[in-house]
Amino acid sequence: MNAHVSSRADDGPLLRVSSVSKSYGARTGCEDVSFELWPGEVLAVVGESGSGKTTLLNCISSRLLPTSGSVSYRMRDQTWRELYRMSEAERRFLMRTDWGFVHQNPADGLRMTVSAGANVGERLMAIGDRHYGNIRSTAIDWLGRVEIDADRIDDEPRAFSGGMRQRLQIARNLVTSPRLVFMDEPTGGLDVSVQARLLDLLRGLVADLGLAAIVVTHDLAVARLLSHRMMVMKDGRVIETGLTDRVLDDPREAYTQLLVSSILQV
Amino acid sequence: MSDIATYNFAYLDEQTKRMIRRAILKGIAIPGYQVPFASREMPMPYGWGTGGVQVTASIIGPDDVLKVIDQGADDTTNAVSIRAFFRKVADVETTTDTTKATIIQTRHRIPEQPLVDGQTLVYQVPIPEPLRFLEPRETETRKMHALEEYGLMHVKLYEDIARNGHIATTYAYPVKVEGRYVMDPSPTPKFDNPKMHMSAALQLFGAGREQRIYAIPPYTKVVSLDFEDHPFEVQTFDRPCALCGAEQVYLDEVILDDRGGRMFVCSDTDFCEKRREAGHVGELGMAMEDVR
Repeated sequence: MNAHVSSRADDGPLLRVSSVSKSYGARTGCEDVSFELWPGEVLAVVGESGSGKTTLLNCISSRLLPTSGSVSYRMRDQTWRELYRMSEAERRFLMRTDWGFVHQNPADGLRMTVSAGANVGERLMAIGDRHYGNIRSTAIDWLGRVEIDADRIDDEPRAFSGGMRQRLQIARNLVTSPRLVFMDEPTGGLDVSVQARLLDLLRGLVADLGLAAIVVTHDLAVARLLSHRMMVMKDGRVIETGLTDRVLDDPREAYTQLLVSSILQV
Repeated sequence: MSDIATYNFAYLDEQTKRMIRRAILKGIAIPGYQVPFASREMPMPYGWGTGGVQVTASIIGPDDVLKVIDQGADDTTNAVSIRAFFRKVADVETTTDTTKATIIQTRHRIPEQPLVDGQTLVYQVPIPEPLRFLEPRETETRKMHALEEYGLMHVKLYEDIARNGHIATTYAYPVKVEGRYVMDPSPTPKFDNPKMHMSAALQLFGAGREQRIYAIPPYTKVVSLDFEDHPFEVQTFDRPCALCGAEQVYLDEVILDDRGGRMFVCSDTDFCEKRREAGHVGELGMAMEDVR
């Protein structure tokens, strides 16, 4: 894979996660996870339910304070900032400008009672855009990019199908040109043909925009299609990591072999 | 005063008044910020102005002159009974004349007569949180105020334009106070929003059920939110008041019969009466001397 080819030599990683652990009392959410994410790179985190994938994602996306460890992010001005040393205002600003978060259930990430256009425009208004015409034309442009007809712009997401909602959620996140997007099971709950279209769309967007992304999924096919690199988690720990094709074609850990061999063949 | 029950001056006990005054002072110190307070049960139902009554009870003194208006009118049930309440429990002078009043408690209007130094306008507020209908979580709206994250307010205005072609919010139109807090001016028509800007009067807002007090000190900047290409504008009426002929005032529609007859009259009854006293007559009105 050519994840690093596009980044210049003076570019470092975008995100640095070191020894992140999260315990819920005596139970372990995730333990001692470290990795780096480079600009334009898509990392898949796979594992079965309860393996700590979502806990990890929440810890590194400022949604859940880890018990120990640190998460650092290289801001647009190239300074490194430690996530949990930033003020809450800065974190929230980062979350709605330079980052995106795509929830598994679109209702969690969308405002279901306002129109599609307002959903896409919200981030623009949050960073100070006060020109209705501009906001609307940007929203129409983004709806087009996620294959939603422009004449649906004034419909509420409640009137949308599951696949459309998910695409709307993606447009809403990408409108401020973030550099890093977190996705929690982005195709969960969609039927396979809709999944395929969404994956195709995501792959195109990620490549066009040069996005870095962390995708949590239990679906190895999603990981195969979207990601450059993957981490396999079990019981809160990362047990195997490597290029996606290598891990899937030549799994080393017994558990990874089990996971790969569990894929249904049609 | 009744000699059966003896109330403390202005109904509330002194400790409660001190608590409410502290909230008011904090509100004045942080214009537009919603200060929580321990709202008391009042001898009237929620929604009838329990917040406004508590604020008025806490600031009123024996020398004050009280005016109460409801939708601009001095003679509606709510206005009459609140005036009677304070006459009874505080033995204060009441009036319907805007210029004579030192405290004006209001529901849904700001008097047409510009207020002056030394007057206090007390608003009755049903829902103090301007972000409420877009963000139901109180924890989240408080955080949004604290961090000045007001993009959501524009989402509401965006929705208005997308659905109606213009900003269709006509009352409770959100304002930004002194460049910091976004505030709900209570359900006053947006016609009255410009009157709040740099007003000489102290403006206090009391929400009894929601237990919040907020304030705009005199001469404070109050700006209505809008878009660059859809600027804020107030309602205009295509005809003057049918009784007094006033223009550029807020009018109420009055149905006259069951055959579509209607007229538009000043919602501010005191203002309308004064103009008729001064000899102004609208198309359906009679000169005051003829009425007598």
